[in-house]
Amino acid sequence: MLNVRNLKRLTLGPIDLDVDAGQIVALTGPSGAGKSLLLRAIADLDPNEGDLSLDGESRDAMEASDWRRQVMYVPAHTGWWADVVEPHFEGLGRDHVKAILHRLGLESTALGWQVANLSTGERQRLALARAVAHTPKVLMLDEPTSGLDAENATRAESLIQQVADDGAGVVFVTHDAAQAERLATQRLRLENGTLTEVPT
Amino acid sequence: MTGVYLQLNYIDLAIASVLLLLAGGLSIALNLGLEKTLGIAALRTTVQLTLIGLVLKMLFQLVSPWWTAFAALAMVMLAGREVTARQSIKLRGGWSYSIATTSLITAGGIVTILALTTAVRPEPWYDPRFALPLLGMMLGNTLTGISVGMERLSATLKREKDAIEARLVLGHTRRDAVRPYVREAMRAGLMPIINAMSAAGIISLPGMMTGQILAGVDPTEAVKYQILIMFLLAGTTSIGALIAVLATSRRLGDERDRLRLDRLRETTH
Repeated sequence: MLNVRNLKRLTLGPIDLDVDAGQIVALTGPSGAGKSLLLRAIADLDPNEGDLSLDGESRDAMEASDWRRQVMYVPAHTGWWADVVEPHFEGLGRDHVKAILHRLGLESTALGWQVANLSTGERQRLALARAVAHTPKVLMLDEPTSGLDAENATRAESLIQQVADDGAGVVFVTHDAAQAERLATQRLRLENGTLTEVPT
Repeated sequence: MTGVYLQLNYIDLAIASVLLLLAGGLSIALNLGLEKTLGIAALRTTVQLTLIGLVLKMLFQLVSPWWTAFAALAMVMLAGREVTARQSIKLRGGWSYSIATTSLITAGGIVTILALTTAVRPEPWYDPRFALPLLGMMLGNTLTGISVGMERLSATLKREKDAIEARLVLGHTRRDAVRPYVREAMRAGLMPIINAMSAAGIISLPGMMTGQILAGVDPTEAVKYQILIMFLLAGTTSIGALIAVLATSRRLGDERDRLRLDRLRETTH
């Protein structure tokens, strides 16, 4: 599904990576190794070179916005452009959004909350919900459970598993070996700008 | 003309300079440390204005389209420098200067030529006695609008990076993601001229009108001129700020709808 060849960004790469439908790839590595940079480069948020394609269609042949809608990146700390939560879910079916919020342990009323009053964990879960609701083909998550308590982390993991079961490819950055063990079908380690497979 | 124009001689200026000594004396007495800066500024104003007086006198006698155009170009380039000098956050690689100068020349040029050919109508239309002061007023006001607009946009895009990229990763176009900030920058750029128009005649007597009255022109006539100028200024500032803000927004993005804050440079004053 997602094929990355010779991806280069500053000190990173060249990197090859393949993510198939239903696959969950855990990305580990020391802090500062460039895990976030790699995901940003795949999402084309920073200048980078390489041959990337989704289902055989080249990234260069697609509008950047189309590419990002299908190969969606969720940063560890995301931004909010409106004062209330709801506008961030604009254009998405209400029932669809609410079902996702419930899976993450959030009430429907969360849509009416003020962004300024959200806790770190609430922000993180809402950002995950916002991305999942768009049903991208590939979901790239940067430390998706870093700010969550055990109960909510389990909920987030179960949603990530569901996304993969529904046919999307998932890449997630984690520092938690046990989490990688639980979720991942493949484990990769990024160090000194190169990607190596971690035997399971 | 209804009044008499009273000419100043150098003794009048010498008497006025006593006030400068007073300001300098205050600086010394209160230990403000400004006496040197004050002296240099007074000297600069004297030298600069004397020189520009001589240059204008020569240009007005020549009434040459080429020399007038040359002087206009020099004014635009100096105004462009002033725009960049005022910004604490600007585009790398001379882009701030290029964008500022292009906006100034386009907006100032269009409106000055329009005013000369339709409202003021001197003979010939490029008569430097009308063209250069008009252009000067346009540039002086427009450069504030452009400078404020460009700086506000750069600073806001930098501050709102996370929010903008949050929209980009969801598949919004960069155009949609930055639109609110472009609007905000435009508003900031236009506020000074809107305030100037609102305050004119109540809080401040505009300089040009005051000058005409001192030169003996009937106040109601001077007011008509000033109203014309205010409208021209509003037009130039809007066009100039729009071009500058949109060009800056374009430069801070690229063909892959990325936010390119790496093209910004902050300077500390």
